[in-house]
Amino acid sequence: MKALPTAIGRGLRLKLVDWGWSARLLGQLLLGLGACLRRFVLVREQIFYLGNRSLSIIGVSGLFVGFVLALQGYYTLQRYGSAEAVGLLVALSLVRELGPVVAALLFAGRAGTSLTAEIGLMKAGEQLSAMEMMAVDPIKRVLAPRFWAGFIAMPLLAAVFSAVGIVGGYLVAVPLIGVDAGSFWSQMQGGVDVFADVGNGVIKSVVFGVTVSFVALLQGYACKPTPEGVSAATTRTVVMSSLAVLALDFMLTAMMFSI
Amino acid sequence: MQSSRYDAWVGFFVLLGGAALLFLALKAGNLLSLNLEDTYTVTAKFDNIGGLKPRAAVKSAGVVVGRVDSISFDDKSFQARVVLKLNQGVAFPKDSSAKILTSGLLGEQYIGLEPGADEKNLAAGDMIKQTQSAVVLENLIGQFLYNKAADASSGENK
Repeated sequence: MKALPTAIGRGLRLKLVDWGWSARLLGQLLLGLGACLRRFVLVREQIFYLGNRSLSIIGVSGLFVGFVLALQGYYTLQRYGSAEAVGLLVALSLVRELGPVVAALLFAGRAGTSLTAEIGLMKAGEQLSAMEMMAVDPIKRVLAPRFWAGFIAMPLLAAVFSAVGIVGGYLVAVPLIGVDAGSFWSQMQGGVDVFADVGNGVIKSVVFGVTVSFVALLQGYACKPTPEGVSAATTRTVVMSSLAVLALDFMLTAMMFSI
Repeated sequence: MQSSRYDAWVGFFVLLGGAALLFLALKAGNLLSLNLEDTYTVTAKFDNIGGLKPRAAVKSAGVVVGRVDSISFDDKSFQARVVLKLNQGVAFPKDSSAKILTSGLLGEQYIGLEPGADEKNLAAGDMIKQTQSAVVLENLIGQFLYNKAADASSGENK
């Protein structure tokens, strides 16, 4: 009879330990900013791996998302005789939601997984323990530069995604469908606010960048140091960071755009 | 300062991201039309503002001369109190009138200012006395139906 309550209590306690441990890791990553700024070359290298290497997938997806948004928007809007508003629709949906969210999901798939696998393999190969033996803090030397690189790269990737998407929407709406170019841009400029829309989109993408890189590093650092453990951690990175991004997006949207 | 072989590429990436943000702000957003001019505030009271929202345009002769700053309810006169921010460069006579108009059939609402003939101009903190409320579609339809019914019944009586 005692087995069930004991199991529940034990599970709860272990969860609490996990949460506390992750929170402490996040704190150490944030505190690692000082070390990162002193040796910024480490962060720069990681920006190359996380940012530059993700540019192609972000750019191509942004272009196609823009194409599709313009086509779908046009089919619905032309029924109400306001096909010119397609520019506004494309720009607002990209800048407010799709840019940060889809870029973060792609970032989780493209960069988050490689972060987890890298850290996991370093742990499996006992490289992290070796660093500790040499009195080098692996969190400061290995994890923090990757964390801050994600923090910097994510907003830039989201901005590239939105900008390329708007260009894609333009390409479909103006040369292909024949919407007037002047009203396409002027409707967009009339409806998109720099601070309320673009600024909030940037804030969102910063939050997502922190979330995705933290989840990826946490999974890598906490994984079982075996091949199965690393592969399971890589899967968990994608699942958990995607769910976290979508849930956070809902909360951020509710806070930012509720009038 | 250590350097790495990726520096140029990272610089390119950061520049590209910055260019994308700039594009979003300038080409897609309203940074260029953002009003950084000095403004002065005047208030106007309307019986009904319809769907007017803060940041809506204030136009005169079709040209944007200011923005709606805030909208609140005045429980003394039971009217809507609209605070307008007009550009410092434009002056209007004291007896100008404000109307709530709609751009297009389903477009958004804005305030149209019509200049009066007074010698003195509106100053900061002044109140626009003559106002005309927004047209509420339900009232119009109601009036139309009422007139129709009145016509029909008077026709039958003859």
